[in-house]
Amino acid sequence: MPDLRPANVIDLRSNQDAGAGADLFPAGVEDLTYQAGGTVLIKGIDLTLNADGVTVIMGPNGAGKSLLLRLMHGLLEPSGGHVTWGGRLLDDAIRRRQAMVFQRAVMLRRSVAANIDSVLRLRGRADPARRRDILEHAGLADRAEQPARLLSGGEQQRLALARALATEPDVLFMDEPTSNLDPASTLVIEDITKAARDRGTKIIFITHDMGQARRLADDVVFMHRGKVLEHSPAAAFFNQPASAEAGDYMAGKIIL
Amino acid sequence: MQDFGQAFLTAFSLLFSFDADLMEVIGLSLRVSLTALLVAGLIGLSIGALLAVTRFPGRGVALVVVNSMMGLPPVVVGLIIYMLLSNAGPLGFLGLLYTPTAMIIAQAVLILPIIAALSRQVIEDLHNEYADQFRSFCVPTGRMMAELLWDARYSLLTVMLAGLGRAMAEVGAVIIVGGNINHLTRVMTTTIALETSKGDLALALGLGVVLLTIALTINAAVMGLNATAKRQAYA
Repeated sequence: MPDLRPANVIDLRSNQDAGAGADLFPAGVEDLTYQAGGTVLIKGIDLTLNADGVTVIMGPNGAGKSLLLRLMHGLLEPSGGHVTWGGRLLDDAIRRRQAMVFQRAVMLRRSVAANIDSVLRLRGRADPARRRDILEHAGLADRAEQPARLLSGGEQQRLALARALATEPDVLFMDEPTSNLDPASTLVIEDITKAARDRGTKIIFITHDMGQARRLADDVVFMHRGKVLEHSPAAAFFNQPASAEAGDYMAGKIIL
Repeated sequence: MQDFGQAFLTAFSLLFSFDADLMEVIGLSLRVSLTALLVAGLIGLSIGALLAVTRFPGRGVALVVVNSMMGLPPVVVGLIIYMLLSNAGPLGFLGLLYTPTAMIIAQAVLILPIIAALSRQVIEDLHNEYADQFRSFCVPTGRMMAELLWDARYSLLTVMLAGLGRAMAEVGAVIIVGGNINHLTRVMTTTIALETSKGDLALALGLGVVLLTIALTINAAVMGLNATAKRQAYA
């Protein structure tokens, strides 16, 4: 298996100073609730996130992790409470500075290059040289002319990540992006993610994979049954979780 | 009454001698139906895409109306266009009755709901797959429609084909608004109807063969194109 990790990290955000997204922080949700079909799925969450690093969200299935991510990104409207970024309520101007990578990559029915071009055009920055840089960064330069939907699962997710980063987001949401990928593909995604973090992009990352959480997290949010039970720095969380549920979850016990 | 085999022989000899009258009729048929397809396609695909991506009060009613208009009876469409274009009608001043333009209008009206309704379904299915990603990127509605129309291009080709088939095959509307005037508004279907009633089965049959051949050719071409698209996972 060839090493697909980016050899040298190129700066895709050359037009921006490091920390250009600082005005979006602290970001947070206040008394956030979300209900669907009469069931309350997010139950009054308060959470504050800082500008740097990777925030990993963990918790069992049905805890509301994906919902929280979608609410913070504005894909869903909260039933109650607020989502604020740097003290401002979430709006389209803020949303345009965010991007999201989904669990299953959504590939346009076009070539790999056209998938990137579509987003560059959307942000008014179409440029073949930029597209080439972006694809090289994702290790997909030699696949540019291939139909995107014929890529392997790992390559599709790399393209989805590259496409999200092509918008030069200040905030990148990642919803279990590697849950269907093999270890090698997972490693590539993690390396690209870390490179984005090092360039100052705030990463909010959902994972079930304890090893992945340890590799990436600067702070950890632990959710259970629509509530945030714990939000701690990574070292503290992995050494001594504050909540019994998080301890059980990490010990591999099934929590209900 | 000629016998069946004799009719076939005459039909093929007309075809392969490129009989001038026959070619004129075939040419007008293609011109009218392809122009109608172009007009109905431009409008119908826009309506289909708009209905697929927008949510507004009364959308359900709009869908029911468009869907049921797929079954518009050609003679009724012909009658209404006739009344609009006749000298006493509101558009009589245009002097379009019994012209190829009137036939184009009638066929376009007839296939517009087909293209709008079928493309709405195709685009909405695709939109269900793309919606979250589009919303994440804050793609504006117009842009979203354009991206969906492009990505659904191969399925939409089949939709357009359904429209063309309906336009080429219908006789009721064009005979009313076109009048089946020799060398002016005579198309394949109206000629078949006329020649059959006159007893000239050979010409009618020759035109029937041409109609079928055109339908087969277009369908085969689109199927081939779709197979290529599937190989590239674009369909």
